[in-house]
Amino acid sequence: MARINLDHIRHAYGIRPTAPQDYALREVHHEWADGGAYALLGPSGCGKTTLLNIISGLVRPSEGHILFDGQDVTHLPTEARNIAQVFQFPVVYDTMTVYDNLAFPLRNRGVPEDLVATRVKNILEMLELSDRADKKARGLTADQKQKISLGRGLVRSDVNAILFDEPLTVIDPHLKWVLRSQLKSLHRHSRFTMVYVTHDQTEALTFADKVVVMYEGQIVQIGTPEELFEKPKHTFVGYFIGSPGMNVFPIALEGRKARLGDAAIDLGFAPKVAAGQKTELGIRPEFMEIGKKGLPVSIRKVEDIGRQKIVRGDVAGQAVSIVMKEGAEIPSEPRVSFQGKGINIYADSWRVGQEA
Amino acid sequence: MNKTWNNKAWFMILPAMLMVMISAVIPLMTVVNYSVQDTFGNNEFFWNGTEWFREVLESDRFWGALVRNFAFSFTILLIEIPLGVFIALHMPRKGIGVSFCLVLMALPLLIPWNVVGTIFQLLCRTDIGLVGYAIASLGIPYSYAADPKDAWITVVVMDVWHWSSLVVLLAYAGLVSIPDAYYQAARIDGASRWSVFRYIQLPKMKRVLIIAFLLRFMDSFMIYTEPFVVTGGGPGTSTTFLSIDLVKRAIGQFDLGPAAAMSIIYFLIILLVSWVFYTVMTSNDETA
Repeated sequence: MARINLDHIRHAYGIRPTAPQDYALREVHHEWADGGAYALLGPSGCGKTTLLNIISGLVRPSEGHILFDGQDVTHLPTEARNIAQVFQFPVVYDTMTVYDNLAFPLRNRGVPEDLVATRVKNILEMLELSDRADKKARGLTADQKQKISLGRGLVRSDVNAILFDEPLTVIDPHLKWVLRSQLKSLHRHSRFTMVYVTHDQTEALTFADKVVVMYEGQIVQIGTPEELFEKPKHTFVGYFIGSPGMNVFPIALEGRKARLGDAAIDLGFAPKVAAGQKTELGIRPEFMEIGKKGLPVSIRKVEDIGRQKIVRGDVAGQAVSIVMKEGAEIPSEPRVSFQGKGINIYADSWRVGQEA
Repeated sequence: MNKTWNNKAWFMILPAMLMVMISAVIPLMTVVNYSVQDTFGNNEFFWNGTEWFREVLESDRFWGALVRNFAFSFTILLIEIPLGVFIALHMPRKGIGVSFCLVLMALPLLIPWNVVGTIFQLLCRTDIGLVGYAIASLGIPYSYAADPKDAWITVVVMDVWHWSSLVVLLAYAGLVSIPDAYYQAARIDGASRWSVFRYIQLPKMKRVLIIAFLLRFMDSFMIYTEPFVVTGGGPGTSTTFLSIDLVKRAIGQFDLGPAAAMSIIYFLIILLVSWVFYTVMTSNDETA
């Protein structure tokens, strides 16, 4: 269990990086609290796995330092960092039994055999593999093999952190729920620092206390699920989190007002934006209301998804999605109004705070 | 469409069957034919039943050659398999070193058997050969033509030089097919170098090693050209393997009957031993 400091970490896989695009990780500088459950969320190729491998020591960063509890471990090999990591695809030692697979990380570290037995038995029960303990790992299904990989990550009691790299990819949906809630409860009573890489927002939002959203090699926002939902720091976070994602309109700023097409929207504050920056207004579909007030909207289709309806249409020549409560009616000449608390202003894709 | 049940498909394999007949079955049956008959020349043959088989199986000459064959195969397998695996483990996995090593390893395999024999025959001569001369000048008495022990060492070294590469290439192919995640997981689990070898590399190489083992066994059990060129089966009969003995009987002495009987016994032994090895080595797979 440890606090993890990422001190100005940059990483490039090429030999001589020059442009920012050459970096798989452009600049990461953050502190992750001891005992936190973090989810690294982002699209494929955004640097999530690179960051994870830097923490575990499988990859050495081109620049910057990494500290566990204030101690620099940048140059320590993986073995010396006391980290557990679970990979996307199952890794099992075919010739060993299920029991020996789970005992392997402990035995390698000279844990006494009676302690090994109790730890392994616990994990076997948690993963519902007790009846297969003495079977060879080779004959298992992909699901079961991944459970063993997971188990090897969880079996040690002294780790600094447990890292998960999309561990539930090969697991079937029902079991995914079960395993994720088991991980969550394990986190609650063990208080390991856990880092969970995923590109699935549901998985990230249900697992983590803090979600770390990554985009093009940078961390764009770290926050609780609510923060990510209500105040996305970057338009990418707005798009990526939420279903459907945030609506983003190009606007012209006029003091406290935003001009969108012919209409002017009162912001209630004057965002400070440098000249020449691209300004945008972001609002989530949940904060838009269809009624008789506001901007005219032309509706293309309505998707009924049960408790609510998603309206797809155009406002000021821009495609939008709007969430309507079940039972709400669409008037004959529909207009859409924006709720003030849901409005975020972006300059060059980054959020401009009300305070600023 | 209705399915018509007939046996026409058999005709499809007819060309292949014909090829096999001409190349394998007919010569084999000729040998079977010889093995049960006797001749005094003039193309006259007499039925001889199983007499030749009895004679071959009761002769010390046959058993001596057979024992030497097993001893030889056992020795070279014991050297070539571990050596091949060891070299494969230390070959580079990326960079230009890979092609360099692969070409270097493939070179001995490209040299014909009799050329290998000739190379070693010259190399190990104490008067003009580099190796033979070096050994002799160290004061060690060495002669593959006079000392059975030296003859054996020469033949074994020659085979190891010629064929270890095959094991290396097969083992290397097995090694590079292991995904990186296995090595990463092993580092996370704190596995030692030995554990990585024992629990990751060896199990993943198992299939190719079985192939290497069988190929090297069958090949070394049939060895003929190299010892024939270097030692001619001598000194005495010390390097006379079954194949050399067989040729001596069939061509040197024109004993077609006993030679044919011996061929069949020889063939059955290789078949039997290979089958036993294969069954034993793959039996673990089913018990999982």
